[in-house]
Amino acid sequence: MKRLSGWEKTLRYVLLLVVLAITVGPFLWQLSTSLKGTTEDIYTYPPKLLPEHPTLKNYSGVADIIPVWDYALNSLKVALTNVVTNVIGASMAGYALARLRFKGRKIAGLAVAMALLVPLEAIIIAQFTMMRDLSLNNTLVAVVLPGAVSALNVMLMRNAFSNLPYEIEEAAVIDGANVWQRFVRIALPSVKGTIAVVAIFAFMGAWDDFLWPLIVLSDSSNFTLTVGLNFLHGTFQQNPRLVAAGTIIAVAPLIVMFACLQRFFFRGVGEGAVKG
Amino acid sequence: MERPAKRIRTHRAISPWLFLLPGVGVIAAFNLYPFFTTIYKAFTDARTLTSGNWVGLQNFQTMIHDDQFWTALRNSGLYVLLVVPFTVLLPLLLAMLVQKQMPGIAFFRSAFYTPVVASVVVVGLIWVWILDDRGLVNGILNVLGAGPVKFLGDQWLLLLSAMALTIWKGLGYYMIIYLAALANVPQELHEAAAVDGAGPIRRFVSVTMPSVRPTMVLVGALSSVNAFKVFSEVFLLAGPAGGPAGEDTTLVMLVQRVGTGLNGRVGYASAISLIVFVIALLLMLLVLRADRKEEPR
Repeated sequence: MKRLSGWEKTLRYVLLLVVLAITVGPFLWQLSTSLKGTTEDIYTYPPKLLPEHPTLKNYSGVADIIPVWDYALNSLKVALTNVVTNVIGASMAGYALARLRFKGRKIAGLAVAMALLVPLEAIIIAQFTMMRDLSLNNTLVAVVLPGAVSALNVMLMRNAFSNLPYEIEEAAVIDGANVWQRFVRIALPSVKGTIAVVAIFAFMGAWDDFLWPLIVLSDSSNFTLTVGLNFLHGTFQQNPRLVAAGTIIAVAPLIVMFACLQRFFFRGVGEGAVKG
Repeated sequence: MERPAKRIRTHRAISPWLFLLPGVGVIAAFNLYPFFTTIYKAFTDARTLTSGNWVGLQNFQTMIHDDQFWTALRNSGLYVLLVVPFTVLLPLLLAMLVQKQMPGIAFFRSAFYTPVVASVVVVGLIWVWILDDRGLVNGILNVLGAGPVKFLGDQWLLLLSAMALTIWKGLGYYMIIYLAALANVPQELHEAAAVDGAGPIRRFVSVTMPSVRPTMVLVGALSSVNAFKVFSEVFLLAGPAGGPAGEDTTLVMLVQRVGTGLNGRVGYASAISLIVFVIALLLMLLVLRADRKEEPR
């Protein structure tokens, strides 16, 4: 690869910094606002990024208005359940579609492919009435159920299993291992990377989801964090410091997770998008 | 001798279905079944608490005379037209910027992805604060001697702000897709073009663009469908009512407003949902077809 000339390098770094300011700047501004006390003017011209007297008062303040930690716990429950159900359901179904020969496999594969084509937004009212009929509306179970196993994840797992060489299972077949043993002991450990991708995106998807919990949850004690924040915004928008603290609580866990598990994020987004 | 063999065979016949049951069961029950009930309910006058009667095409006739529907269709359509060119082009340029190996580039790459990781509610509320009459953007405009601009007070500025938010949040997501595609562009092509005296812009148009074309089409298809289904960005910036006099309502916002609540018009909302589904599918086919037509060149 040819080396970059001095001015081109400088130009590239300048552009990178501009984009950095545009993409990350708003988060920093929000963090800064959340750390400014009630006595500090947040509307100064020119705007000040560094708080004069940083305080954590807004974080306890937001908890006085909405039960933000309960909402965070609700979001955590929903997200973790979503991880477990997606990993188990998608890997089992993906394995059957990729590795097992049986009557009806084509139909099952077609059903999954068809589900990929249906946007959630187009069936959300039917899902809502369904939850009402099942008397599950306004529960966290209802928040989890529709996305408990997503068709995209089944496809991702199916592709991962399809890419495994057959030889690795053959030896086990000769040793007399049945299909469950082969699945648990040989196939699953070979697709750890894809499982990690499914798990991370299941967590993020559930933690960030807004439209569905907004529709299915009506009682404020069951809100997830995103719905609770929207409520906070609607009721208390006169104090941006509190809203800022709430949003930082909601985004911080994901940024930490992202920082630790980046390589899976990048791998997953590429794969998911190309194959979805 | 016969018994064990038989047992193995039945085991084999059942176990694939046991494997499929949790996953395909959930997908059939909570994705496919609601899809079919949506189609059916679109032809009924169902409400939240009543299952309703068959009314034929009445919901669609109502729709034709419903100003709210046309406003929402216009907004969702505008969203596609104005958002997609940016989500196809900007992330490509961004991917080219972070593709070159330079010290610290991994940091920039990850940092640009931050808006993707955050919930749309979080970034929506951040933008509400930034675009506030006395917020950061107006603060900067003030320093430059312009403004203040009431971004969230005007019907059109609101919609444009929501579009900007969508584009901004999608930058990192589509950038990663492009990065994978750019990695496959042979370096020799660039070098050959450079030897022939082609400048950076020429090289972009005649080397980079043709090689990442399939990816541009994919991003175009994905972002068209996503833009058409927009809900949260407009809901958060313009409020549940969709801005002043509801003029910023999008189709999915209309579905949510009409179909939920104790007296939700489930039948009518299902009919609108069906329109959303059909147009989203057509958009995807249209974009993918446009690519195939031009290919023989």
